[in-house]
Amino acid sequence: MKRWLVWLPLCAFGIIVAVIAWGLWQPADRTVRSALVGRPLPDFVLPAIAPGKPGLASADFRQGSPRLLNVFASWCVPCVAEAPQLLTLKAAGVPIDAIAIKDTPGDVAAFLRRNGDPYARVGADAHSRVQLALGSSGVPETFVVDGKGVIRAQHVGDIRAEDVPELLQALADAK
Amino acid sequence: MTAETGLAALWLAAALAALQVLLGVIALRRNMPQAVGAIRAVAIVQGALAAIAMGALIRAFLDTDLSVVLVAANSHSMKPWLYKFAGAWGNHEGSMLLWVTILGVAGAAVAKFEHRLAQPTLVATLAAQAAIALGFYAFLLFASNPFARLSPPPPDGAGLNPLLQDPGLAFHPPTLYAGYVGLSVAFSFAVGALVTRDVGPMFARAMRPWVLAAWIFLTLGITAGSYWAYYELGWGGWWFWDPVENASLMPWLAATALLHSVTVLATRDGLRAWTVMLAVVAFSMSMIGTFLVRSGILTSVHAFAVDPRRGSFILVLLLLYIGGALALFGARVGSVRQGKLFEPFSREGSLVANNLLLTVILGIVLIGTFYPIIAAAFDIQLSVGPPFFDSTAGPIALLLVAIMAAGPLLRWRRDEAEALIQRSFPAIAAALFAGVGVFLLGGPIGVLPLAGVALAAGLAVASVAPLAKRNLARAPLHLWGMVIAHLGIAVSLAGMAISTAYTQETLLAVGVGDPARIAGYTVRLEGVRPLVSDNWSALEGRLAVTDESGTRFVLRPQVRYFTTPVTTTNESAIATMWNGQLYTVLGALGDDGRWQLRLWWKPFVTLIWLGGAMIAIGGALSLVGHQYRLWRTKQRAEAFA
Repeated sequence: MKRWLVWLPLCAFGIIVAVIAWGLWQPADRTVRSALVGRPLPDFVLPAIAPGKPGLASADFRQGSPRLLNVFASWCVPCVAEAPQLLTLKAAGVPIDAIAIKDTPGDVAAFLRRNGDPYARVGADAHSRVQLALGSSGVPETFVVDGKGVIRAQHVGDIRAEDVPELLQALADAK
Repeated sequence: MTAETGLAALWLAAALAALQVLLGVIALRRNMPQAVGAIRAVAIVQGALAAIAMGALIRAFLDTDLSVVLVAANSHSMKPWLYKFAGAWGNHEGSMLLWVTILGVAGAAVAKFEHRLAQPTLVATLAAQAAIALGFYAFLLFASNPFARLSPPPPDGAGLNPLLQDPGLAFHPPTLYAGYVGLSVAFSFAVGALVTRDVGPMFARAMRPWVLAAWIFLTLGITAGSYWAYYELGWGGWWFWDPVENASLMPWLAATALLHSVTVLATRDGLRAWTVMLAVVAFSMSMIGTFLVRSGILTSVHAFAVDPRRGSFILVLLLLYIGGALALFGARVGSVRQGKLFEPFSREGSLVANNLLLTVILGIVLIGTFYPIIAAAFDIQLSVGPPFFDSTAGPIALLLVAIMAAGPLLRWRRDEAEALIQRSFPAIAAALFAGVGVFLLGGPIGVLPLAGVALAAGLAVASVAPLAKRNLARAPLHLWGMVIAHLGIAVSLAGMAISTAYTQETLLAVGVGDPARIAGYTVRLEGVRPLVSDNWSALEGRLAVTDESGTRFVLRPQVRYFTTPVTTTNESAIATMWNGQLYTVLGALGDDGRWQLRLWWKPFVTLIWLGGAMIAIGGALSLVGHQYRLWRTKQRAEAFA
């Protein structure tokens, strides 16, 4: 047997340990990114659910200026946490539309009354079909859509205060 | 008190393990192999203490002692008795305690029963076994104390993951762990033999029953786990190439290779260095597997909790043990005398080929399992799934089956190709017959499944060939063991190939009374009724099934709602026929009042687990056969004296 060959198992093990150590101290990012970033919104038409607001269709995003699309639900706790940031964005002049997942008109009305109402339109997605078509895996998620209906960026999870400048930048880039 | 008893037993066991290592080192240094008596005693008491600790934990779970953190977090007073009992290891700390308990008990068993190994090697072996145990005792005591108290105790526990609330939990982890951890004995034997430079046929004969026993448990554990996943997860699949399944498959592959190479070493005195390395690798794979499961670095249905601190602890243990053993191997194996050589075309040659192919498959599974982490290092997100493993490991496994068919037909030392072809003529004919038959009559089939069916038929015939022209009553038991184990592979392979090729699946929405058809069966949903049990409620569908001959029977799939913790599970209902299984799953109720119903027809799928059981039974026969022969030889020698 060749002399160096007997050290081969130890070397292989060393590589495994290096990989494991890296994986251990650098936990993998498990967020699901939509494959649709850079592609047009899927076609959808959703009925209205919030009092006094129209429903939402993909055609609403082809009006020439970028908009935010917020996927939320009244039963979702992080959605409450991100509400102030959405209001900040609205105050900065950003038009925001929303899709409410598995929700009822009464619950949505109560949610907007309690947490403030940043939305221009709210569509009801009772069975998460549009959410899945968007490549969104949970609530809340927020998409930056440019004036031609193309998704330019995706934000997974609640919007924190430090995320607001990033989103504004993404909106500016989408112009 | 129970928890304190357990903790005290654990500390004492750790102390004795330290003593055992110390005694071993002193005995080897001072060259006093007679110290083996004392070391044996320490090892036995250490194993007993570990068992007492495990018993104390089980007791705390049975009593639902909510002042113990682990019980409060994982059990519930309303849980059925069996799940309180098995729930003791259905969590991180408990499963690690089970792990070291088996480690300690295995060491005690070696101390009690091993009498063939040379004394210095036995001393080194028991010291190595205790060194491994010591690290894992430390892990439990410092990073995963199963007996920690909670004050004040909560009014009730948080419950057990409902997916684990199945009789499978009582059986699958203990058998799998017995296999996983049983391989530690082979590891310690290898380390012991490297320390004393005593690798030879006697060493191999002493090691073989321990490897075989661990391998039997591992085979049973994997087979049982596969069937459990099949009926419990409700996806109708029997192997998912999940990282944790791979973690159990890798030690099995290494142990299977070891089992064959140790035979070459025991009977022909060949493959010395290779056998020692496999013994180290087999248990290393078990430890890496444990690490994968316990650290949570890979996403899996088996992961209990993600905790980098614990992960780092186990990683250090891995570095010490595996790194240490492999370094010892590198330093010492050069001084192990070269074994006997042999012609490539011989029984030994086929066993070497078997070892190489098993090792290649092991490498593929290893790379596939770790690839997502490697890719993540380069910022690429991916998962490696069945398409990779099927297309890489599949063809090599089939090649291995072909060699497996030929191996037992070859003579030791040297053989002729012509003679082999002559001897394997019936097997080749059976393979061709089955392959052509399935191709012509069975409908469209992929290349791999077709090759699988043909090779399964060939292997089945080749497996029983060693019994031909023998007096069956006088054929030695270990020969029967090999025949049945190899036949088990053929049976299992046939089940995999046929069910993969011809499974039928349908997903539909049915109202009450609507008929659904699959593979000649008519399934009618007759009604859905609510059910209540101790810790869950369920909706149970009543499916009236009629087969082509008009025979009727009823299947009752359920959707179960667990309250602690809140979870829904789909309990499949399965009808087993001689030629396959009808697998039904009740889904959600749609807005239109119709129920989702998922139906599978899985032809000959049961052969997969039947084959697995046969492999384990074959192993058991071989173990009993060898031990019986040993006992008889001893008896005769005594009678003669």
